[in-house]
Amino acid sequence: MTATIVPPATTTQTARVRRTARPIPTTRLVKVELRKMFTTRSGFWMLVSIGVLSVIATGAVIIFAPDSDVTYENFFAAIGLPMSVILPMIAILAVTNEWSQRSGLTTFTLVPSRGRVIGAKAIATVLVGLGSTVLGFTVGALGNLAGSALAGVDTVWDVSLVHASQLLLGNLVGMAIGFTLGVVLRNSAGAIVGYFVVSLVLPGILELLALVREWFLDLQPWIDWNYTQVELFEGATNTAEEWAMLASTTMIWVVVPLVVGLLFLRRSEVK
Amino acid sequence: MITVESLTRRYAGFTAVDNVSFTARAGRVTGFLGPNGAGKSTTMRVMVGLTVPTSGSATINGERFADLPNPGLEVGVLLDASAQHAGRTGREILTIASDTMGLPRTRVDVMIELVSLTPTEAKRRVRNYSLGMRQRLGIATALLGDPQVLILDEPANGLDPAGIRWMRDLLTGFASQGGTVLLSSHLLHEIEVIADDLVVIGNGKIVAAGTKEELLAAAGTLARSTSPRDLAHALEQAGIPSTLAGDGSVRTDADPGRVGAVALTAGIALTELRSAEGAGLEDMFLSLTADTQREGVAA
Repeated sequence: MTATIVPPATTTQTARVRRTARPIPTTRLVKVELRKMFTTRSGFWMLVSIGVLSVIATGAVIIFAPDSDVTYENFFAAIGLPMSVILPMIAILAVTNEWSQRSGLTTFTLVPSRGRVIGAKAIATVLVGLGSTVLGFTVGALGNLAGSALAGVDTVWDVSLVHASQLLLGNLVGMAIGFTLGVVLRNSAGAIVGYFVVSLVLPGILELLALVREWFLDLQPWIDWNYTQVELFEGATNTAEEWAMLASTTMIWVVVPLVVGLLFLRRSEVK
Repeated sequence: MITVESLTRRYAGFTAVDNVSFTARAGRVTGFLGPNGAGKSTTMRVMVGLTVPTSGSATINGERFADLPNPGLEVGVLLDASAQHAGRTGREILTIASDTMGLPRTRVDVMIELVSLTPTEAKRRVRNYSLGMRQRLGIATALLGDPQVLILDEPANGLDPAGIRWMRDLLTGFASQGGTVLLSSHLLHEIEVIADDLVVIGNGKIVAAGTKEELLAAAGTLARSTSPRDLAHALEQAGIPSTLAGDGSVRTDADPGRVGAVALTAGIALTELRSAEGAGLEDMFLSLTADTQREGVAA
């Protein structure tokens, strides 16, 4: 307005010159998204609960399991169960928070390319899956050492590398399912309910269908992602056909809906 | 500079923004006015790429917002102060924005101090913030990257009087250093004090745009006479439509010079003759948007 106006004490005293800004690197986006997953109250407690539940599960095996069952496989299974439930929740919230908590208004104005933001979230989700699973393996190993020492039995390492890597893959697929639901529904409550529907309700329906319709019996492993998921958690995905089944269920439940969801997400209005 | 050209956004069944064009110039504060649901927020969302326009375009310094390599460093945006993750602390929200833009963390403290949030408040989660505190946090986020352009939707909402004064100084200072400010508000008094240029929108269409002086000068003439009926009659005969107000004043869109000449010819003594600018922004706003007001008030 007029020259008499005293500029407020900002740090923007210098004349505004147009800077040549450099594009935001993807590594930075991934770091930011990783941080965002755990700096909310819900995110923080989810992360804590992974650690706490791993320790509780380990403790339970030590206390309740008969001495003959104090083997790495049992620690491994006990820790894997709660983790397989919490990890998809973390994946869901990583995406849906932007809409349900409306933080997307800021996120997508700072980074207009929504595809890049979702990509960074996907990478951050995989990193969390890797980190958590490795943490689970470690807690289980410590539990196995402590448990066998307490029970006075030999420490049994009866989990193969193949089984361990399949469990890791299973966790990642579970997170991918959650992530996909987040991208498609863009609503925290909806996606969490959706996750329990596809992981708890759907298998029962498909099981029933396989019982009453014989032709579906052979088809089920190709469609039911819970089926291939259980195979992974048990480390039983061995043959080429079993891997093909996993590819098929992943295609049906992750790849196709994710692509369609992303197309809608990129055009949708952020409010 | 913000340039909006022939911008249209249609939703199923209705047109929120209809062929809107205007420019917010650098070095000036542009006030963006309109009744509820007139299309202000939709226009602003299109500007920053959150809503895809049906047709037309909006550019910031000649570039589409989505094409800016690091938009936070060029455009400060505050569209809705409540649109923040309620489970994060104020400081964390600024840290995330600062990290995204690639700024040093010290910038976060500078901003917290600038918007007068105390360090204790900055550590609290946003769900416990009042609207005024959220607004301050939003302004801090917008200013974080030291941008040249500010796009603010109702930034004065919920601020206390001192906060409103502070914001006014901040924005005029920002513009005087060559920055572009586009600001929407329902607080007409605020806009009248801050804005250099005005854009008025109603039912998705621009109903008036120009400098504040031009628009307020267009408010017409107010004249008084000992015989207001004769004056109104004389004006009517001269082909100037006028309205006779209950307080005995005559209002018309013609300029004071013409009204004076008509009165002289008709031999009517005037007791008062002035441009009706005293009516101010509120009257102008209500008359311009009369067709689009929900209450159907006439100015």
